[in-house]
Amino acid sequence: MGCVESMNYEIVLRDATFKESRDYIKTSFREFIDVQPGFKIFDVHVIGLPPIAIGLEGDFVIFPYTKPCHGTFLLRVEDQNEAARLRALKK
Amino acid sequence: MTGESTTSQKSALLVLGCPQVPVQTSIALYLINRLKKAGILPVVAGNKAANTLLVVADTDRHYLGEVMDLDRAVALISDKKRDFDLCFVFIHNDAGVSYAATMGAISKAKLYALVYGEHYDDQVKKIDFSCTTIAAKAVHNPLPLKKALDEVKPWDA
Repeated sequence: MGCVESMNYEIVLRDATFKESRDYIKTSFREFIDVQPGFKIFDVHVIGLPPIAIGLEGDFVIFPYTKPCHGTFLLRVEDQNEAARLRALKK
Repeated sequence: MTGESTTSQKSALLVLGCPQVPVQTSIALYLINRLKKAGILPVVAGNKAANTLLVVADTDRHYLGEVMDLDRAVALISDKKRDFDLCFVFIHNDAGVSYAATMGAISKAKLYALVYGEHYDDQVKKIDFSCTTIAAKAVHNPLPLKKALDEVKPWDA
């Protein structure tokens, strides 16, 4: 997951529990998809209890990023291609 | 497809959590020793701090074998490039539960959740996936968790 540092991301939620991050996505974004742990978003394999909610807002992808010492962060990254790829999975 | 593709030896992955709770390093070394004595190949995956605590404590590698970055281990297993027969996830916070659920979803290994820390019971309540939970209130003194581990004897499985 080293590539996260090189992304132009915004932290939506920090040091949260996994459940808080899932609830936040489901209540804050009209559009989201559920994926399984290990699913790859950008170069990140997402960590968490299934199902893992991924938010979509225009060209922005909102996804959980978990670190052993810092809990779960929700990151918001703009990427038209990745948003389109994830939207296609809903169909 | 197991920890060592060139042998049929059983393998075990130890997924370390944040090393802020002292018992983790002690129990990890203890478990590695028990696994090795049972003929099971242990592989450790953790963040830099957790791995370094073990590597410095066991400079001559009497106990430790392969040690890898946690993110790399998740990637290898998710991409079906590697898997293990047993997987032990060290849990003392919410992130630990998330890693254990992830291992349960991406790996075929028999999953053990080692839960410890001051509020270990809060973490145990979050475990709603299939695994063997080994839990004890252990922060500085590893003996309660060692006792719980000895009762289950996962190295005999």
